[in-house]
Amino acid sequence: MMLSCKEASRLVSQGLDRDLGLFARARLRLHLAICEGCTNFKKQMDFLRRALRELATRS
Amino acid sequence: MNDDFRSRVERERPYLLRYAALQLRDAHAAEDAVQDTLVAALAGEASFAGRSNLRTWLTGILKHKIIDAIRRSRREAPVEGDASELEALFTENGHWADPPAAWPDPEAALEQQRFFAALQACLERLPQKIAQAFMMREHLGLETGEICKELAITPTHCWVLLYRARVALRECLEREWFGK
Repeated sequence: MMLSCKEASRLVSQGLDRDLGLFARARLRLHLAICEGCTNFKKQMDFLRRALRELATRS
Repeated sequence: MNDDFRSRVERERPYLLRYAALQLRDAHAAEDAVQDTLVAALAGEASFAGRSNLRTWLTGILKHKIIDAIRRSRREAPVEGDASELEALFTENGHWADPPAAWPDPEAALEQQRFFAALQACLERLPQKIAQAFMMREHLGLETGEICKELAITPTHCWVLLYRARVALRECLEREWFGK
């Protein structure tokens, strides 16, 4: 069963907070490979983390 | 007491205040946490001896003081609203109602002071408890297990809060920065 975007976006966020495990990670990767919206979402989530790191170190 | 050490510690006060204010969103609580940190630091000068970075050491003490402050206030902050804003993002069959488009040149944003002002404004707009969980994760760098414990919530609830924070920030940044 293919992940929906709703499930995939939730997993993208959780992937920043916990180890998703082999199975969920594989399903997510499969979804991202064919879904541009979720791929953009993932890049933006990764960017958000970097931006917060930067924010903390700016004086 | 070593005067040189005292003045070096004192010089870090503005940085520590900024750091605490980002998490606590309350100027008084932030000042209290920093004050407690400076007192603890001056009393514990000996334990700093030999460590390389004063700011890192002070930030480590401050994190504990911030967590104490969160612990004291946690009963006063119920979670606002439900997660219905998430439902609106997707159609009934789980597709994006409005699929995220790529952001133009996000790297360049990290070079601009105005971007960080926009980011901070977006953070301030987050509901209190969601912001608290998110900043504990991304600013203090705590693991979700610790966040759950401090906020007395389940891991699942914690992941939902973090997800809601990220989705809200994404939308806010798109509106305030990347959409322009």
